[in-house]
Amino acid sequence: MNTTAQVLEKNKERILEKWMQNQLSDAALRDDLMTNDELQRQSREMLDGLLRAVSKGNYDNIYDTDFEQVTDTLRDISITRARQGFSPRETGAYVLSLKQSVIEVLVEQRQDDTSMLYREIMQLNTLLDNLSILTFETFIKGREEVILRQTDEISEISTPVIRVWDGILALPIIGTLDSARTQVVMENLLQEIVNTGSNIAILDISGVPAVDSLVAQHLIKTVSATRLMGAECIISGIRAEIAQTIVHLGIDLSNIKTKASLASALHLAFSMTNLEVRRTERHKGPKLMR
Amino acid sequence: MERIPILKMGPFLLVTIQIDLYDRLALTLENDLINMVSQTGARGVLIDISTVSIVDSFMGRILGNIASMSRIMDAETVVVGMQPAVAITLVELGLTLQGVYTALNVEKGMELLNTKLGDNLELDDDEEEDQDDRND
Repeated sequence: MNTTAQVLEKNKERILEKWMQNQLSDAALRDDLMTNDELQRQSREMLDGLLRAVSKGNYDNIYDTDFEQVTDTLRDISITRARQGFSPRETGAYVLSLKQSVIEVLVEQRQDDTSMLYREIMQLNTLLDNLSILTFETFIKGREEVILRQTDEISEISTPVIRVWDGILALPIIGTLDSARTQVVMENLLQEIVNTGSNIAILDISGVPAVDSLVAQHLIKTVSATRLMGAECIISGIRAEIAQTIVHLGIDLSNIKTKASLASALHLAFSMTNLEVRRTERHKGPKLMR
Repeated sequence: MERIPILKMGPFLLVTIQIDLYDRLALTLENDLINMVSQTGARGVLIDISTVSIVDSFMGRILGNIASMSRIMDAETVVVGMQPAVAITLVELGLTLQGVYTALNVEKGMELLNTKLGDNLELDDDEEEDQDDRND
């Protein structure tokens, strides 16, 4: 009487072939993201590991050392697929199609012994279900890593400090302001004030979708810190909705200079530094051109 | 005992804090500075903290105290050269140093004191115009 592991080992090539067939027949397979050779190599590696683990009689605990190779390979595949942009369906189908082919082969081999077949299928079912759960966990973890990295990148690139004039800095804030972001904004702004020796900083919040009491608190903090450094801070880009929310929430911005647009803030900054922008007289222009 | 030197420059007093202030030193400074203002009749106090990297709430309060005391004695206080990290710390501690003038560096601080003093002098000049004429 052959054990399950022996049966599977004997029919390894057949299982692999069926498995590849199953995977390739899936209409949703993205062969632009991965070559068939690569897929075959991955699948063989995975099947080898699985059979080795099964031959030790372990069907339950996939976190055992027997399964180390299988779980490692699987995690690898999931993470890579998550990064390459495979859909969850494709990644899940990878393990589930293995189950199908294994069961097909077992059915062929055990036609005479139904009770044995039933037991084997139940065992393998549990095992492969566990493995597919692992695949999903890892896949989602991979995706979350991608999202986290993107969040970091966004918050890094979205706080540029622009020097709009000698001694005048502007900092357009785009996106929601939370504590972590305020910290970055504040540090960048203050450092840039030191570097350029600027007197005036304009904080433009036209790209901030909503202002609640917490965001207002953050803004007030930034303005206070700028003042402590010896520079003046103007907040610009206050839209009608934001003005309404601020008043309804009872936030006091009366000791902060606020302007509706960046242009008017710049105008105020000019008058604070005793600068004046004037239109040149029109007839002088063409003369210079000649 | 250590003391922080207070320099007199025309109508202003100049203090450069180059070591980390501990509590007793800060208290001594406050005391010395106010005495100096009263002795010299200074019209402005400039405190340079550009090399101070650590502040606590006590130091923030001392700076506020110095400013309030000087104000009563008719002298303006300007704190110059605060480090970004120090500014963030003070704001987090809830100390915004109301009533203290700030400037980016000593040069700008002096400029600020001169304008403040200039404004006041103009007012004084208006009042004392008659007297001046008589002296001539």
